[in-house]
Amino acid sequence: MFKCSIDSINSIFEKLASNATLYLPADKDGRAEYTKWENGTEWSDALNTVKSPKDFFFPQVQDLMKFKVSGKSISVDDIRKESEDFIVFGVRACDVRSFDILDRVFLVEPYDSYYASSREHGVIISVACTRPTETCFCKTFGIDCTNPGGDISVWKTEDSLYWQANTEKGEKLLSSLGLEECDESAVEAQKESTKKILDKLPLANLTTDGFGGGKTKELFDRPEWKSLSESCLGCGTCTFVCPTCQCYDVKDFNTGNEIIRFRCWDSCMYSDFTKMAHGNNRISQVERFRQRFMHKLVYYPENNDGIFGCVGCGRCLAKCPISMNIAKVMRTMGGNEE
Amino acid sequence: MQKITRNALIEKAASLLENGSVCAVLGWRKGEFDYDVTPSVFTTTEDLNAEFVWNDFCGANFSKYLIQKTRKAEGKLLVFLKPCDTYSFNQLLTEHRFDREKVYVVGIPCEGMADINKVREAVGDGISEIECGEKIAVSTIYSDEKILIDPKDVLAERCINCKSKKHVAFDELLGEDGDVIENARFDEVAKLEAMTPDERFAFWQNELSRCIRCNACRDVCPACTCEKCVFDNPKSGVENKAPANEFEEKMFHIIRAFHVAGRCTDCGECSRVCPQHIPLHLLNRKFIKDINEFYGDYQAGAEVGSRAPLVNYTEGDLEPSEAFERRGE
Repeated sequence: MFKCSIDSINSIFEKLASNATLYLPADKDGRAEYTKWENGTEWSDALNTVKSPKDFFFPQVQDLMKFKVSGKSISVDDIRKESEDFIVFGVRACDVRSFDILDRVFLVEPYDSYYASSREHGVIISVACTRPTETCFCKTFGIDCTNPGGDISVWKTEDSLYWQANTEKGEKLLSSLGLEECDESAVEAQKESTKKILDKLPLANLTTDGFGGGKTKELFDRPEWKSLSESCLGCGTCTFVCPTCQCYDVKDFNTGNEIIRFRCWDSCMYSDFTKMAHGNNRISQVERFRQRFMHKLVYYPENNDGIFGCVGCGRCLAKCPISMNIAKVMRTMGGNEE
Repeated sequence: MQKITRNALIEKAASLLENGSVCAVLGWRKGEFDYDVTPSVFTTTEDLNAEFVWNDFCGANFSKYLIQKTRKAEGKLLVFLKPCDTYSFNQLLTEHRFDREKVYVVGIPCEGMADINKVREAVGDGISEIECGEKIAVSTIYSDEKILIDPKDVLAERCINCKSKKHVAFDELLGEDGDVIENARFDEVAKLEAMTPDERFAFWQNELSRCIRCNACRDVCPACTCEKCVFDNPKSGVENKAPANEFEEKMFHIIRAFHVAGRCTDCGECSRVCPQHIPLHLLNRKFIKDINEFYGDYQAGAEVGSRAPLVNYTEGDLEPSEAFERRGE
């Protein structure tokens, strides 16, 4: 484990940014957003950014290819480029887990070359949480926010930052920073105190009991879906602030002289989600609502060794216009520890 | 602090349910915390007693829900409406969006709603309990002491400039009715008008650049009641789940503002639900202010059946050329 003083953080950011583009959460108009670091950019230790860091690997809009038609011939322009090297600093444990969840979708056949390129060139530096909030429930999904993972984990105390590499990529980067070696006592103490706070969180007793692979039949026809979804507006807020929602649509944009084929995030909350030639397979909001939670709590674990498709970051709890969310669904349909 | 109590609302709802005057009640349901209430339908007294909420976090405007809910309801639906909600209610009736006979409106006074984001700014993270009284008392997991907040300091943006405490529609009122209020809601619009076109463009560019096209503003808006929105229709040619470029991002909001012009009651739901805190209400207020200046004061939803200036020709109407002259200012 390595250590540096918090006062030296800017010089470290400078070093990190010298060989790769550095992104970190910075406060803008009172909210934290991942921002490209430039000299003077201040790192925000806000618990969560409004949008998750999935954008770095799976952006909301991404051009895939271009077509040009002239006369009877059509030319296809492959616009794929190797991603540039970049570093994302300040990622929370919940969001780090979200990359594993996305990997299992994009890095299996058919292999997603756009996603893979940015994954390959990106380095994740996580930061441990010390002040979780009431909407946090990462522990429900077995995530330890005091051991955040990624290529390098960082712990912030009042006056110091502690660094530990978790991967080869991380080790290479960390060794280039020339930090002083230290023992783990300060970090251990911090972990202990954070864990005590975690136990006090209102959602600390939320469990995944009753969910997981193989539960489709049991849960699909439960009558509670109707009341849970009764006031859902059908907007896409929950899906667009979610670090693990991975559905997208592929569309063509006619610029007038060429066609850009792009993909963009889609939302199962939208009325034309997965609309096909025969029409739509989910025609009511209750079906669309159910899809979102079944996907995260049943279908995804069924296809991915029991891993749930939610990381408990709490963004949907904070942002849903009608305050309906996965925690309420789990409370209503699943088991709760007493 | 709200003047009318939760118990008074439950008592009213329960008695109307029990004597069969209404078959269901549209109200706010308790959440995981004390602030995350959800609009919901109640059909029994037990359910009301257990989960009905009335506090400083009951901002949601139920008027739009009536379109869907009245279609399915077998009898009358009781709906609790705050003064500002009644304007949306009337506007929807003007547009024949639901059957008035299927609704029983209980008007309830409102002292302004709190914005949970402002509460969080004041107390920090980890809210474990909120009690709404003279002061809002917030407990957090990080402090042993309750933090007391003056409700005035955390008022929702739309309530700071509350336009009316008067109910313009109701079957029955609980508590006292108030008056239309002199307010400063156009001050911020005036600030935008005072900017140079370049400054104003930069302002909106910055604000709208945060838009994630979640459509929450549209989906919550009581004036947006098209069965199929043009932006959801693949056949329209402008359907877009995400903006293909920066222009489309702005186009969505500008088209929407034009579409609701003259029908927007300024209920402020669009800005309340925006996950990115874009001050969308300012776009709509600009239209309201212009309509007032061009055609005389008009408040959408103030009365059922009123003809909005934009769909009502009179001889004294503004000439189109005058709009161009204004642009030169």
